Amino acid sequence: MEDASMEYGESNKDNEVAPALIAVHPTQESVAVAVGSELRVFDLRQGGAISLEDDSSSGSLHKDSIRAIRYGANGKLLVSAGDDKLVKIWSTESWRCITTVCSEKRVTAVAISHNGLYVCFADKFGVVWIVNLDMPDGQAAVNKKAAPLLSHYCSIITSLEFSPDGKFLVSADRDFKIRVTVFPKKPLDGAHEIQSFCLGHTEFVSCLSFVCSQEYPHGFLVSGSGDSTVRLWDISSGHLLDTCEVGEKAGLLVSNGREAECYSAVTDLCTNPDGSLVAVAVQRQVPDYVLQGIILLKCDHSGRTLSCAKVVSIGGGTFIPTSLRICSSTRLLWMVTGVSNLRVSEQPSSARVRVISGLTKSNDQHEPFVLEDNEVPAGAKLLEKLQGSLSYSEEVFLAAAEAVKTAMSNLLIKKQYSADKREFRKRTRNDKKIKQ
Amino acid sequence: MLENEANPTFSKSTGLPRKRFYRARAHSNPLSDSHFPIPISPQNVDYSVHYPQFFPSSERSDSSKKIQFADIGCGFGGLLISLSTLFPQTLMIGMELRDKVTEYVKERILALRVSNPGQYQNVSVVRTNSMKYIPNYFEKGQLSKMFFLFPDPHFKEKNHRRRVISPHLLDEYAYVVEVGGIIYTITDVEELGDWMKACLENHPMFEALTNEELEADPVVKLLSSATEEGQKVARNGGQTFQAVFRRIAPSL
Ligand SMILES: C[S@@+](CC[C@H](N)C(=O)[O-])C[C@H]1O[C@@H](n2cnc3c(N)ncnc32)[C@H](O)[C@@H]1O
Repeated sequence: MEDASMEYGESNKDNEVAPALIAVHPTQESVAVAVGSELRVFDLRQGGAISLEDDSSSGSLHKDSIRAIRYGANGKLLVSAGDDKLVKIWSTESWRCITTVCSEKRVTAVAISHNGLYVCFADKFGVVWIVNLDMPDGQAAVNKKAAPLLSHYCSIITSLEFSPDGKFLVSADRDFKIRVTVFPKKPLDGAHEIQSFCLGHTEFVSCLSFVCSQEYPHGFLVSGSGDSTVRLWDISSGHLLDTCEVGEKAGLLVSNGREAECYSAVTDLCTNPDGSLVAVAVQRQVPDYVLQGIILLKCDHSGRTLSCAKVVSIGGGTFIPTSLRICSSTRLLWMVTGVSNLRVSEQPSSARVRVISGLTKSNDQHEPFVLEDNEVPAGAKLLEKLQGSLSYSEEVFLAAAEAVKTAMSNLLIKKQYSADKREFRKRTRNDKKIKQ
Repeated sequence: MLENEANPTFSKSTGLPRKRFYRARAHSNPLSDSHFPIPISPQNVDYSVHYPQFFPSSERSDSSKKIQFADIGCGFGGLLISLSTLFPQTLMIGMELRDKVTEYVKERILALRVSNPGQYQNVSVVRTNSMKYIPNYFEKGQLSKMFFLFPDPHFKEKNHRRRVISPHLLDEYAYVVEVGGIIYTITDVEELGDWMKACLENHPMFEALTNEELEADPVVKLLSSATEEGQKVARNGGQTFQAVFRRIAPSL
């Protein structure tokens, strides 16, 4: 009876493309971009492209689309994971893969504890797993087994985030839910104590981040959603503090009564180091219209409000960022757009990287501005590595926009069984036959 | 998606919900049975619909009475009916996935209210998937009793994750049940009984009631006798296996 509602989106794999992702080392020693199965890293200290070394037993890099990349807070680790069900943990010193963890299901999100001892990853069935990295050196390269930590019942987890004080692990899912779990002393035994649920979004939650400042070191949670809002939360109580309608404020909503057919989904967001700004990427689900750029929200901690500050548009072709990160030390906002598996071309998947400067303070006189390619740190050398080439075509951007749209609607649409398949599934269920 | 709502759900000044937002999911799979409204959060549960005598209007404050008992997979509602008169001042709700069964329980309660004026005002039922939406209905520590009577067994190993008692779901139940609150389970399937007991025993936030405590609790006697499933098992002379556990504070 409850069968259909339990099965999830292994939706048509062939049509599925992965949006490009970006991650920035906390002190900007390197920048990583994932496009499809390819993980590209540029070392800004040495000023050169890095070639990753992976001699774990699986013997190769990722074999399918990467869905999550992230640096640890202390910058020593980079984690990458995705559809090939592998979680790869890289040393940012040697750029070797120090551990490969096999997941039972495709991986959708990753997080690293602030002390760098634990890697958490979420799978397509809503289970969050944990791996302990604190092992004698000899065991480092061995394939590790993960222990289950917590679960969102059969819902795809879209984002995982540790609270600034490391006491809580926050997980968001496509069933509108944000769960705040106490991160236990012995996490390998599971995380059983739920601190709160942050409930208020009316569509899938796509991204999470914390804003914190000296006055508010515990910070506040910000979340972006398919309901075209960014919301501000107190995680200790789960209280909704403010809601910012980004679609509306950015002048995205049309006023001709077509609202019902269109919607703008928040696809990614990130926060600046002093917690005053939130950068938001929005994907509009209407043909012929895309927001070319990002929306900046201002966060007032004492007033607990979130408001639209400005839209930063990015000239030079259609640029809809698929992923955003602000470097905590340089305060540069790094953006990427791109997509994997473009069947149309045999070219290596290409991407476009852009950088915004001037996000220093919300009340600063300086306007944020987009760096020209030659102003980007390491310039052409970096772009050539991370983008795949220096040239890029408009086609890529349109495809990237399409890819984000697909990725977003995959979060909305559950697996559709044909009537036949359903009948078959019913007949082959024997737990029903035994009872009743 | 919600139909064109632009207002924030909560009033800034009062912190209370502006409207009763019940969402209807336009995008859910029509083949699946998830076509029921889900309250955005526990504050959005409209008590006036469920308990009109206790809540003549849909306005509710933080100090208002809250639902304290939940019967998960309540079936035809026999337990709720028995509990209603045993705890006339306690609000209780049944959660049931099957549409027709839920409708039946609704009708049953309405009929009882009519034939017994002033009684059965504290019971209601809602159609929902309890495995997904418990946190949408109950706040942290809101419940004092939760019931899982004769749940579906899901025998196959790979279907164990569909069981309504599982290690991960217990984390959610521990969240909605107050410290000192009690979870009652019973089944006629020995394997499932062992499973439910093991899950509860292994959970750091639950401890078993002692035999004396079980004896003293009037509710325990209802587990095997009050529900339709229980009566069926009893008629056939079947054995039952119960596990009754108290929510405790996690040790630090
Ligand atoms: C075997 S019956 C027992 C009913 C009742 N407790 C009794 O003892 O008579 C199990 C009930 O749980 C319901 N159920 C199963 N999964 C559920 C879910 N996820 N949420 C709510 N109800 C569910 C079924 O529809 C069914 O009515």
